[in-house]
Amino acid sequence: MSKSLSQIVLPVAGGTALALSLALVVANLDYGQNKISSLEGRLEQASMRADEAAGKAREEAAVTAELEAKIAEIQADAKVRAASNPGLTEYAPKRESGYGLGRKARTEEIAAWDIDVLPDGRGLPQGRGDVFTGEEVFAEKCASCHGDFAEGVDNWPVLAGGFDTLADKDPVKTVGSYWPHLSTVWDYVHRSMPFGEAQTLTPDETYAIVAYILYSNDLVDDEFELSHENFSGFEMYNKGGFLIDDRPEREYARWSSEPCMENCKPSVEITMRATFLDVTPENGGESVMNDAKADDTPTFVAKAATSDATGGEAETAAPSPAIDPALLASGEKVFKKCKACHAVGEGAKNKSGPQLNGLIGRPMGAVEGFKYSKVFVAAHGEGRIWDETALTEFLAKPKSYMKGTKMSFSGLKKEEDLAAIKAYLKSFGE
Amino acid sequence: MDSKMKTSRRTFLKGSVALAGGSVAGAAVANEADPLITEVQEWASATGVGVDETPYGMPISFEKDVVRRNVEWLTASPISSINFTPIHALDGTITPQGCAFERHHSGAIELRKEDFRLMVNGLVDTPLVFSYQDLERFPRENHVYFCECAANTGMEWAGAQLNGAQFTHGMIHNMEYTGVPLRTLLNEAGLGAAGDLTGKWVYVEGADASSNGRSIPMEKALDDVLVAFKANGEALRMEHGYPVRLVVPGWEGNMWVKWLRRIEVTDAAVESREETSKYTDVYEDGTARKWTWVMDAKSVITSPSPQMPVSHAPGPMVISGLAWSGHGKITRVDVSRDGGITWQKARLGKQGDSKALTRFYLDGDWDGKAMLLQSRAMDETGYVQPTKQQLRDSRGENSVYHNNCIQTWYVDENGVVENVEVS
Repeated sequence: MSKSLSQIVLPVAGGTALALSLALVVANLDYGQNKISSLEGRLEQASMRADEAAGKAREEAAVTAELEAKIAEIQADAKVRAASNPGLTEYAPKRESGYGLGRKARTEEIAAWDIDVLPDGRGLPQGRGDVFTGEEVFAEKCASCHGDFAEGVDNWPVLAGGFDTLADKDPVKTVGSYWPHLSTVWDYVHRSMPFGEAQTLTPDETYAIVAYILYSNDLVDDEFELSHENFSGFEMYNKGGFLIDDRPEREYARWSSEPCMENCKPSVEITMRATFLDVTPENGGESVMNDAKADDTPTFVAKAATSDATGGEAETAAPSPAIDPALLASGEKVFKKCKACHAVGEGAKNKSGPQLNGLIGRPMGAVEGFKYSKVFVAAHGEGRIWDETALTEFLAKPKSYMKGTKMSFSGLKKEEDLAAIKAYLKSFGE
Repeated sequence: MDSKMKTSRRTFLKGSVALAGGSVAGAAVANEADPLITEVQEWASATGVGVDETPYGMPISFEKDVVRRNVEWLTASPISSINFTPIHALDGTITPQGCAFERHHSGAIELRKEDFRLMVNGLVDTPLVFSYQDLERFPRENHVYFCECAANTGMEWAGAQLNGAQFTHGMIHNMEYTGVPLRTLLNEAGLGAAGDLTGKWVYVEGADASSNGRSIPMEKALDDVLVAFKANGEALRMEHGYPVRLVVPGWEGNMWVKWLRRIEVTDAAVESREETSKYTDVYEDGTARKWTWVMDAKSVITSPSPQMPVSHAPGPMVISGLAWSGHGKITRVDVSRDGGITWQKARLGKQGDSKALTRFYLDGDWDGKAMLLQSRAMDETGYVQPTKQQLRDSRGENSVYHNNCIQTWYVDENGVVENVEVS
């Protein structure tokens, strides 16, 4: 648009030049002064008109430029908006004054939920616990998964040791060797442990467990007591081991150049092949074999989703008709408390607790391959049997019925839960 | 039949021999008439299933293998574990909820909308409690985002391990979320009490037994984080946090807290278990990196892949895959058939959405020879997906998380595909 405007301005200027040269030629000829002055007058007029037109054109050009700038601005704006908004919906409006939705949280509600503990110790409740107490609580509530010495059972986390292994090929990241803040240990144990019975530990129990974990890492001596008072003074071994994400400086600039498209390297060789081979589902192709050594590694067999395992099991195991299906269903629900450590149903394997198929009527401590606590080994020797009474009493108060059991479960308090779980377990054979 | 097609491809070729006989030269000629065409089939004569047979439909039985799968030895218990999206068998970009990967720390819980409470507290003017219904009354938005676990491809740091795109890259899903911007809820409680917002944090926490909590810097919380209650148009699934989960676009999946119950404005990161002992990256010298939130640009060829061998003769062939970046849009994907010597630009299924999966295709002919397939993604910042060697040179092999390396699939002349590493 601005181009076409300048085309208007040029002929006007050209006309002015022509008029000027005309005037000079005319002056040299002996024409009368009148003629000259009249010509001069016309010339003046012409140049005035030209000036006027040029001014107008400039004005118009300025307006046009302004308009164009505005259009560009709007377009750029739209581009930015289109780029930042995926475009499924426009951004939600914002009401400065708020919407008046929700209600005020009550102090006791905030106290119930806001239990996080910050690295400087803010959020810690008052309390204390020593290593000695911690050892007992740990043995009762934690050792079945984490081991008596926090060394970890099966695949469950190791909590102790591993110092100076962080730069090794397989670093052992434990509370002692890796965790940078003591607050994290306290917060996590208090909010998420024991697994399956979260948020049941008292502050004192938590202090004691944390003290014991520190002791098992040789970070304190056996007379150590942890409390809200000495908490913030404690520094973890790997406190200085963490840097903030430095990928932007370390990698982004180096990895942002135009990539190579041709002759990017002279040759290519396969340097390694997958270790675990049989992952293709049965109907999706035959298994692929090669010369990779998979003998020493765990066999990896893809399995269909487990969702139908328990439901289907209950059906095929044909529970006796006397069992109420509603009871069975609530038993399955109660069993969720047990699932972290026990499996039941077809192909059930020992986990950190023994598998529970055919439990009723089974001799105590009898599952092959499971490492029982001393008390169950003794019960086995005495020929004791899991009958309904024994199971009821055990599940109601595991630690008092079977003093010394590794099972870290406080027990089922409700009669109906006990009835339901028994019905459920019975459905897997007697 | 082509001599190249034997044994391992037998299963696939059953019933499609007539078609598989085709070659690069053009359409095949059938030796005899196909009874599927010349004979009246049962389904073309008898009636089918009526409406309401399945009030909520499941995939047809023939697709029963397209399911999430678990690698049992990875974790101690399925209650605190992860499974994998069957990305090898999907196309397009949206992940159906029913096969989108799950990651639980204390198992998936059943939380009714009526029992749902969301507390906003900490450095706010008025600490508030919202019901589920309250959330539905705030203006809401729809966005498609990918959610990738920081440990996706984590088993591949030290070498090629698992034979399947599902297992190497399946800790990812991509859904259309409906939700309220987190900033709307923060605004409702009022951020005046927080004062200067630089250096302030939002700690988010779930209602399950793990009560997984993560600290999110205020800048991100006020940017694009959503408090979501619908995915792909329907309610979230239990395993994805029903009734409400957090959506933290482009950032590691662990921060997408499920069964969201509390949002606390703080003046420091909480340094919870999930942001110190886990989801931190140990580098070669033993130092760790924390707050590694963004998922860098990454891509993988989903077909062919070990679970999706080439089941046809040489000739036309579609190579397909997924690309994504936590920094924004995918602008380009290159594919190599020779292990990275030469590359070709792939066709993007659709110009990528920001922080969402982008589908790519390389259309061409397979000459029947072995291939080393790779894909390489670029995002709008100009970042180019690195090779595994580049990553190892930068970080070592122990970081577990954030492995966004270029993946190599070896396709042999029988069409069998294997996970490999190349020089």
